[in-house]
Amino acid sequence: MIRQWGDVNIRGAARYIAKRIAEFAVSVVALSFVIFSLLYIAPGDPARSLVGTRKATPELLARIREQYHLDDPFLSQYGRWLEGAFHFDFGESIRSGASVSDTIAPHAVVTFELVLISLAISAVVGVACGIAAAKGRGRLRDGAITVAALVGTSAPSYAAGLVFLYVFALKLGLFPIYGIGNGSAADELWHLALPAVTLAFGVGALLVQITRSAMLKEAASDYTVFMRARAISPLRVTAAQMKNASPAILTSAGLVLAGLFGSTVLVESVFSIPGLGNLLASSVTFHDVPVVQAIALLLAVFICAASTAVDICVYLINPSWVQRHGVRWKGGRHERIHA
Amino acid sequence: MSASTPRLRQGATLASAGFCISLGILAVVLAFVLFPEAFAPNALAQDVAHGGLPALSSGHPLGTDALGRDVLKLLIAGSRSALAGPLAIAAGSMAIGLLLGGIAGWYGGAADWIISRYADLTLSMPSLLLAIVAAGIIGGGYWVSVLIMVILYSPFDIRLVRSAVMQQKGMAYIESARLLGLGARRILVRHIFPNVTLVIFVNFFLNIAYGLVSMSSLSYLGLGVSPGAADWGRQISDGRALLFDNPACALSAGAAIIITAVAVNMVGRQIMERSL
Repeated sequence: MIRQWGDVNIRGAARYIAKRIAEFAVSVVALSFVIFSLLYIAPGDPARSLVGTRKATPELLARIREQYHLDDPFLSQYGRWLEGAFHFDFGESIRSGASVSDTIAPHAVVTFELVLISLAISAVVGVACGIAAAKGRGRLRDGAITVAALVGTSAPSYAAGLVFLYVFALKLGLFPIYGIGNGSAADELWHLALPAVTLAFGVGALLVQITRSAMLKEAASDYTVFMRARAISPLRVTAAQMKNASPAILTSAGLVLAGLFGSTVLVESVFSIPGLGNLLASSVTFHDVPVVQAIALLLAVFICAASTAVDICVYLINPSWVQRHGVRWKGGRHERIHA
Repeated sequence: MSASTPRLRQGATLASAGFCISLGILAVVLAFVLFPEAFAPNALAQDVAHGGLPALSSGHPLGTDALGRDVLKLLIAGSRSALAGPLAIAAGSMAIGLLLGGIAGWYGGAADWIISRYADLTLSMPSLLLAIVAAGIIGGGYWVSVLIMVILYSPFDIRLVRSAVMQQKGMAYIESARLLGLGARRILVRHIFPNVTLVIFVNFFLNIAYGLVSMSSLSYLGLGVSPGAADWGRQISDGRALLFDNPACALSAGAAIIITAVAVNMVGRQIMERSL
């Protein structure tokens, strides 16, 4: 059976999209609430947390109290913060005094580049390896790819990154050791290559596992047997299998993007890449609360938006698949990601 | 497809070998966790005069770190901090899963709706990111991060238990237990849970593997463990500065985390594939 494409029911699609966007909005509001309220769960005075590493004089505490409206009720403070967030206004960094959004913007660009490069690498290599493993099921090739994928999904990205850094940059001298270079695009790409491969190793491994199991499922289906019985060329059989396996693989793209944004925090720190993750780590150390909150919210929104966008795309491509597998594919028992 | 039988058998043999090796590795790590003093006495003893010795130095097979502590001993002593949190995470998440999943699956209706929406919501939250933020803002130590992980890992267990309970609920033996007038709690604990043990046990292993990565990631960033403590994540971030003098310091800790995580994952998956 070759599934039908392009039979999008406008009304059903609109309902599905509206539902997913509503879910997205609920998730984002819940996340923003958690991120904001963490400051208040902290034992002690929030004003003291906002002091950061400065000296806590009574005047400074009073000024912070006024600046952050700390004497207002909690919900109105949250509302004010959320309203500011809509305009990318997160206040000022405690560490530098500069506006938080100006501080974050250049870092966000670097992180986006890194994530996009490793998304491309993990999509191409991960899907290709998954197909190769499924086609050679039980052979040495399958074993090698499966083991590599298991290591990739189990190993923390920073530990793998450290090994790559040592072997490829320090010992073999193939890649630069840290930073993003002198500013030219080619040099930056060169510096981002190894971190991108590190990120892709962990996240691409998940794609390998998903692609492999999806392809094996198609290989066991009736249409494969019939196509083979009719002596249709193996290439066309594989093409048909890939077409039918694609929704399962595509849906995992949301998980993959979430994993990339999650692991980038650690990988950037290994390679000293000045991205959002590195800024988050150093701001956490400096107790720079406004910057930490802003980056956390930004990354969380990216992660939720990625999975929403992917779900909607999958629905538009193949609504019947989504209807058969429930409103939203939640991942199998092992398809989880560090984020 | 006559060739497929020996091929698959070859694959199965490889998997068995991997399973046995993984079990062996876990036994060794567990011995380190339980009796660190027996294998590495005085692991934290400093000797700054002999800091940053390379691997294979006399008396220090993996060299020393910047403070002159023996890297091999640190590695053994660090296993406890690396695994205590993940074990607690897996156990806590399992407890929440059994409780909420059992309630949702058994009673259905409004309780199910609320618990399922809660699981959906926490499932969409990036756990490591939130743990970093919490550790950074609250300044909470190791166990605050563990608590956050428990909350954010539990939806996986809740769903597993819920669907397993719903599946068992319709079966004849449960029907007869109900007819005997047994209470919900007794039926759940004595009759349903024994039948879902396997699924939960497998997820327990996977949670340990994920927890290992999450907790060591936090300590790598300098959150959760105090400076100077023996911990694998900490050892990597400290050893990074020492990569030229004694690369074994960071690399051995990295290898320890990778090998342990792979072994835990391998055991969990093999148990699942053999029995489900």
